[in-house]
Amino acid sequence: MTLLKLENVAASYGSSKALFDVNLAVSEGEVMALMGRNGMGKSTTVKTILRMIQATGQLTFDGRDISKLASHQVARLGVGLVPEGRRCFADLSVTENLIAAARTGPWDLARVTQLFPRLAERKNQRAHSLSGGEQQMLAIGRALMTNPRLLVLDEATEGLAPIIRQEIWTAIAQLKSETGMTIIVIDKSMAELSAVCDKATILERGKTVWTGAMTDLTPEISHELIGV
Amino acid sequence: MIRESNLNALVLILLLAVPLWAVFNDEPFTITLATRAVIFALAAVGLNIALGLGGLVSFGHAVFFGIGGYAMGIFAHHAQTYTPVMEVPFLIEGTKSMPVIWLVAMVTSGFAALLIGLLSLRTAGVYFIMITLAFGQMLYYFSISWATYGGEDGLSIYVRNEFPGVNTLVPINFFAICFVILCLVVLLNALLAKSPFGLALNAARQTPQRVQTFGLDPTRLKLLAFIISGVVTGLAGALFADLNRFVSPTMFSWQMSGEIMIFIILGGVARLCGPIVGAVTFVMLEHFLGGLSDYWHIYLGALLLIVVLFARGGLVGLISGREIAHD
Repeated sequence: MTLLKLENVAASYGSSKALFDVNLAVSEGEVMALMGRNGMGKSTTVKTILRMIQATGQLTFDGRDISKLASHQVARLGVGLVPEGRRCFADLSVTENLIAAARTGPWDLARVTQLFPRLAERKNQRAHSLSGGEQQMLAIGRALMTNPRLLVLDEATEGLAPIIRQEIWTAIAQLKSETGMTIIVIDKSMAELSAVCDKATILERGKTVWTGAMTDLTPEISHELIGV
Repeated sequence: MIRESNLNALVLILLLAVPLWAVFNDEPFTITLATRAVIFALAAVGLNIALGLGGLVSFGHAVFFGIGGYAMGIFAHHAQTYTPVMEVPFLIEGTKSMPVIWLVAMVTSGFAALLIGLLSLRTAGVYFIMITLAFGQMLYYFSISWATYGGEDGLSIYVRNEFPGVNTLVPINFFAICFVILCLVVLLNALLAKSPFGLALNAARQTPQRVQTFGLDPTRLKLLAFIISGVVTGLAGALFADLNRFVSPTMFSWQMSGEIMIFIILGGVARLCGPIVGAVTFVMLEHFLGGLSDYWHIYLGALLLIVVLFARGGLVGLISGREIAHD
């Protein structure tokens, strides 16, 4: 069953058009890679899904039109966002960051700290004093605390040390295998995406130019459309 | 440096010790001063919920202080003149019962906060400050023109209201009532700050758009904080009117709003006992310097400047350190 569907979606920042014709669909339990070179509209697509910017076209979540909803209403339907740049609440401790976002469901403090034991070690530490990797784990944990049906990870491993990146990818794989969570991942690491994702959608200049199973994404296509 | 939790305990103990000392030394005026400080502190603790947690710089909190005061004044006035508050569409009698008056003060202040918040929270920054100030001035001029309840001259109440089982005419008893309420509200504030609501409100103060992505409506969070804040300040207003046995439009004045804010800035924004330290400092300056000069506000201004420039966390921050980031 399709959980999220975007059809002919276009969006602008003021007079500057960023998305022209984005089409994508994610089914329940699927992990989808949203790919493209820098500035092709990946993060704008995420903002569009979360209704953080105005867009035209059809946006449906679980069969429901979300194009007129406010950001918090979309999130309440079950879309959890791990934003680019982490953006944890700097003044709050790790536990407070998690509690602030909490909604009832299977994901609670214990389960999040089980997924990221480092967060348990830093539970009373303020977010601004965490390392980049720990902040990223906190950002993922915070999104999980909303008990989402769809988790959107925007550049979750960007700028992190290889060992931390590996921990994040292991957590994503764990989420997929143990919970069957529906996930959209934006990232540039082809090898890791191939290992975790079921399908991919590639954007170029604000348009969907390729969509298909991850196994069908040949090196030729990725070289031509993504440059890797 | 003293830990903030220890400092908070010390502040409350000192606040209790001074009037107790006054009882044994037969200094009723000191008890009245302490009661005044406690009530001002209560009003400021109320504002601190909106300002400290929610980042809402309300320059119109005197509205709630005044509503609380007039709720007390109107009900007590009708009770002492044996006339009903209203007869149509239903009969409401006056009362001298403190708990009933507090309830009326809190409900009316809460309702006013809901209406003001709904309109004010559509704005932010300097516009929010100005719109809350405008509401304060509206109520101020309304009370001046409200001849039924004394207009500009205000309304005197000849007896202190009653609290079941307590002789409220004894100064220390009335102080005790106010002090217990203050402690309960401080406790509520501490619990609120660490509750999911308080944490989400804090997060909404930092980045409103980010909070939305967790399914939370920042405007609704801020509105609820504004209402709770208004309710507490309204209760303080009712107690203040009872202390003075007098209400007047000055309770609605912008100076009153400013003073409540000064208590918080002096003591420390978002600090649990910051408003108490600020209010006590203010009352002490008012008493000691006010006796020396009519222009004692000059010294208050100088102290405020020093605190703002050199003690970011207010007096509490200066003593206990550990900065609470606040923008």
